[in-house]
Amino acid sequence: MKFAVVVFPGSNCDHDAYHAAKHVLREDAELIWHKDTSLKGADVVILPGGFAHGDYLRTGAIARFSPIMQSVKAFAAAGGPVLGICNGFQILLEAGLLPGAMLRNRSLHFRCEHVHVRVEHTDTPFTAAARPHQILRIPIAHGEGNYYAEADVIDRLERNRQVIFRYVTAAGEETDAANPNGSINNIAGITNEARNVVGLMPHPERACELAVGSADGLVVFQSLLKALTLAPATVSAAVSVLEK
Amino acid sequence: MRARVFVTLKPSVFDPQGTTVTEALHTLGYGAVKDVRQGKYFELDIDARNTDEARQLASEAADKLLANPVIESYRIEVTA
Repeated sequence: MKFAVVVFPGSNCDHDAYHAAKHVLREDAELIWHKDTSLKGADVVILPGGFAHGDYLRTGAIARFSPIMQSVKAFAAAGGPVLGICNGFQILLEAGLLPGAMLRNRSLHFRCEHVHVRVEHTDTPFTAAARPHQILRIPIAHGEGNYYAEADVIDRLERNRQVIFRYVTAAGEETDAANPNGSINNIAGITNEARNVVGLMPHPERACELAVGSADGLVVFQSLLKALTLAPATVSAAVSVLEK
Repeated sequence: MRARVFVTLKPSVFDPQGTTVTEALHTLGYGAVKDVRQGKYFELDIDARNTDEARQLASEAADKLLANPVIESYRIEVTA
């Protein structure tokens, strides 16, 4: 399996994602500059965290115009798995690949700490190896992670089981105190209707080895191995669309 | 032509920055300030034949880039 990790000017978690894929999961991985147009035969695309284009205008607002994003959109439309982490999630929102928008954290503080998130559904390529309602202890590091969408959009997300990660206490309770940024319904991550594009604010790639305090994030990457084994045809179809 | 584009969070969207500025003003003794909404301001210098054309272009720019329609609304003023 090959991971493409897109590098925007200002990305700063690109090497963390690359390390998780290449050295922890021991799969093939390649860093791809945002001005490239080819995903180079990758089976999965990661938009990493950071501050693409300095967060000018709005987080992710300029990154959506990077040439590589046309290929990412085509890859996603063909069913290829795409993961947006933190700033990558913000880019997916601005690019229209996921619904909603990010507001400043309600505290206005940049929150950099470990949080607990609950895996709400395991039928996505990034949660397939998780136990239902498994609780992950993984870090956040963001100033604008306060997820917002109109009430009807939130209703649709909940009804379609598109909320994939939710901020909870260590015991798994969905409380206001466990919500680090004010996100509606404690939403930490969502998926699209086709369930192949996932965005989340916490950083699973920074929690893949016990040496850094938690290996709970590894399940997100291991899920791909399981998902691609179960449905390899979907992904190879997505890859072949891009190669035409 | 010059177009001024004012982008603000929609009334229904919580503005944590505006709320903090309001509280700071209250601390300074400006209790008369009931509320503050913080936004962005853009000046566009536009090559257009008339104000309608400039307004149309500024509106497109706001729809496609300057504002995020999920959370923000905008207002445009055009001067020759």
